[in-house]
Amino acid sequence: MTRPTLRSNESVEGAGGRRKRSSARAAGLRTPGWVAWLFVAPALIVYAVFVLRPIALTVQYSMYRWDGIGTSTWAGLGNYVKVFTDPDLFASILNAVKLIVFFSVIPVVLSLAIASTIRRIATSRLALVARTVLFLPQVIPLVAAGIAWSWLLSSTGLVNQLLRWAGLGGVARAWLGDFSTALPAVGVIGAWVLLGLCTILLLSGMSKIDPALYEAARMDGAGPLREFVSITVPSLRQEIGVCVTVTVIAALASFDIVYVSTQGGPGNATMVPGLEIYYLAFTERQVGMASALAVVLMVLVLLVALPIQWLTKDRSS
Amino acid sequence: MSRRIRWNGAALAVVMGGALAAGCGAPGGDAPQPEATSASLSAAPTCGTAPVTLNAYIETGFPLPKELSTEFSKQYPNVKWNIREDQFAVITQNAPRVLADDPPDLMRLPQVSELVKNNLLKNLDGYAKAFGWDSWPASQLEQMRLAPGGKTRGEGSLYAMGLNFSMTGVFYNKKLAAKIGMSSPPATLAELDDALAKAKSAGITPIAQFNGGATGGLAFPLQDLMAAYGPPGPINDWIYQKQGATIDTPSNLDATRHLQKWIKGGYFWKDVNAVDYATMMSRFIKGDGLFMFNGDWESGNLDKQMPGDVGFFLMPPAQQGGKQAAMSAPLTYGISSRAKNADCAAFFLNWVATDPKAREIGVKVGGSHPMGPADAPMPEVAKDTVTASTLAAGAKIAEDNGAMDFIANATGAIYAKSWTPQLQKLVAGQQTPEELLKSVQSDYTSQVGGS
Repeated sequence: MTRPTLRSNESVEGAGGRRKRSSARAAGLRTPGWVAWLFVAPALIVYAVFVLRPIALTVQYSMYRWDGIGTSTWAGLGNYVKVFTDPDLFASILNAVKLIVFFSVIPVVLSLAIASTIRRIATSRLALVARTVLFLPQVIPLVAAGIAWSWLLSSTGLVNQLLRWAGLGGVARAWLGDFSTALPAVGVIGAWVLLGLCTILLLSGMSKIDPALYEAARMDGAGPLREFVSITVPSLRQEIGVCVTVTVIAALASFDIVYVSTQGGPGNATMVPGLEIYYLAFTERQVGMASALAVVLMVLVLLVALPIQWLTKDRSS
Repeated sequence: MSRRIRWNGAALAVVMGGALAAGCGAPGGDAPQPEATSASLSAAPTCGTAPVTLNAYIETGFPLPKELSTEFSKQYPNVKWNIREDQFAVITQNAPRVLADDPPDLMRLPQVSELVKNNLLKNLDGYAKAFGWDSWPASQLEQMRLAPGGKTRGEGSLYAMGLNFSMTGVFYNKKLAAKIGMSSPPATLAELDDALAKAKSAGITPIAQFNGGATGGLAFPLQDLMAAYGPPGPINDWIYQKQGATIDTPSNLDATRHLQKWIKGGYFWKDVNAVDYATMMSRFIKGDGLFMFNGDWESGNLDKQMPGDVGFFLMPPAQQGGKQAAMSAPLTYGISSRAKNADCAAFFLNWVATDPKAREIGVKVGGSHPMGPADAPMPEVAKDTVTASTLAAGAKIAEDNGAMDFIANATGAIYAKSWTPQLQKLVAGQQTPEELLKSVQSDYTSQVGGS
């Protein structure tokens, strides 16, 4: 999972100022262009070897039938055709799309509410505690979180104990082992993990909103809800954009939570592309098919993430 | 200006990535070339007297191979060990790459077909002849023989050896059995059904089984039922990928319907689709569940955890006195075709099967029947232990010629991608026995034909 660095207006301005100064110096000294390449080279080489090369190889492999060891045979676009026509493979892509509701919609909406609540009590100790508790899932390794949640959600776990205690024993079930509840249960784990990240992002965004705006709104007779809709949300456009992007990618490319909690079961109910790629490559030894699905997944992520980036771009600058 | 830079960057990325990838041509082809024939040996090889370090890649969590290696070094002090351990799932995923890139002398093996196809394993025929392995009961080595090309199993050259061979059947909790008045193991399928029904009405979970995640444990009772309804031969043919074999037969359909009857009768835990192997074991040891379909690799453990309270019987036949069958598989180890100390590794494998001390370790630590000649000495085992009954079961299976490989081993993907999801659907009432077998067979056909 990617952890985006927080960006505030201040640092952007700082960088801009520096650029102006350094370009002025460059004009005076006439540094030849290749020196710049020299400085970039170490990072560029690492990027090329560990990012670009694997991507290029994946695209290449996706055109072959190959078991990972022996000789390969050219398959052209056959693997891609199979990705879209094999019902099992296509179902895994659909599951990932369904997960967006849990990994993205719920955390973003909830974290907006939580962040504005925390902002109101910003100075109290409770706010600090709330921030820490909410961010904790980001610190815990996903595998540990997955194991803990599979205990909570097991048939004798805490969730069912609470349900039985509240007299709802009829609802109690093995949440991760039931066809109708397994995918939502996995989604809840993801929502729990990503809620903290979004909350912290939005909180930091809120801290840069000019308090005078709220004062002016209050003088015009705006209530808390009006303030939220007219000032907070529009000012957080970029932060919300980052939240949505990161969480949507987490949903589409999910692997660890599913692998630890259900392994795609029961009966493929929680199979997602990330897991399917892993099974195809390492269990079924169809490296070509796995690569094709990986390329499709990458394109899908780009298709979803790029419009979000474009929509939430800050057009004022 | 900024746009041009961006395009330059993109072009650069494409060029660099392309250049790095283009150097390779079509992927693959780094597998070893096939050996012409297995070299015939003039005498049985040994580990010699010069210092040797054997590289072994073994499964973590099972003490048997380590105890054997320690004892071996005691008897042959010039042999030292360099042991790497991983979980079986990791070994399964990495086996081809490890055998190709970092060849161990001795390695725990998953399903061997594709390893043989890529010439990664040493042909052991020469050793088998030199050591006289071919005079052992044929069924011990059958699962590790492959026809040329590595497609059909059960015949052809030998490519692996066992440290011992395991036996599956039904464990039962003696205390719970006493509660329902079951004094001796059921002798027919009808008697087993009767015991299950009695347990259910007494409020005891009849069968402790796992079926969660990517490992459908209901395949254990299913295959046992298949063997109760029909002969094991056709099942083995299917597992060995023999021409025209099918799992979708009338007797297998009866078996699957019988399993469905057990599911509908509520004989499994309600959350069986969320129970993994470890959970099943801990629940059974705690006393939740009368029967458990499992293998003798747990005998030692159960003898320790519930001493005197556990019994074991082979799946009873449909008719009184009928032949019995069981899933039985060697604990397979192989030698890489690129191994440096292949002779010494083969000598070790022979020693495991024939040395009295090694056989004793095999039974006491491994809990399973040692490999080796039929008349080889058997270590003493206390009479009332589970280990004793699983060893006795091994003898009965040999007599009935009822050894089967596991239906999950037919192809590399059939367990995780076919049996498991299908059995989970059967539990949830989303699949019928007819469609289950049809679906597994169609996956099998495409996997066998495709690779």
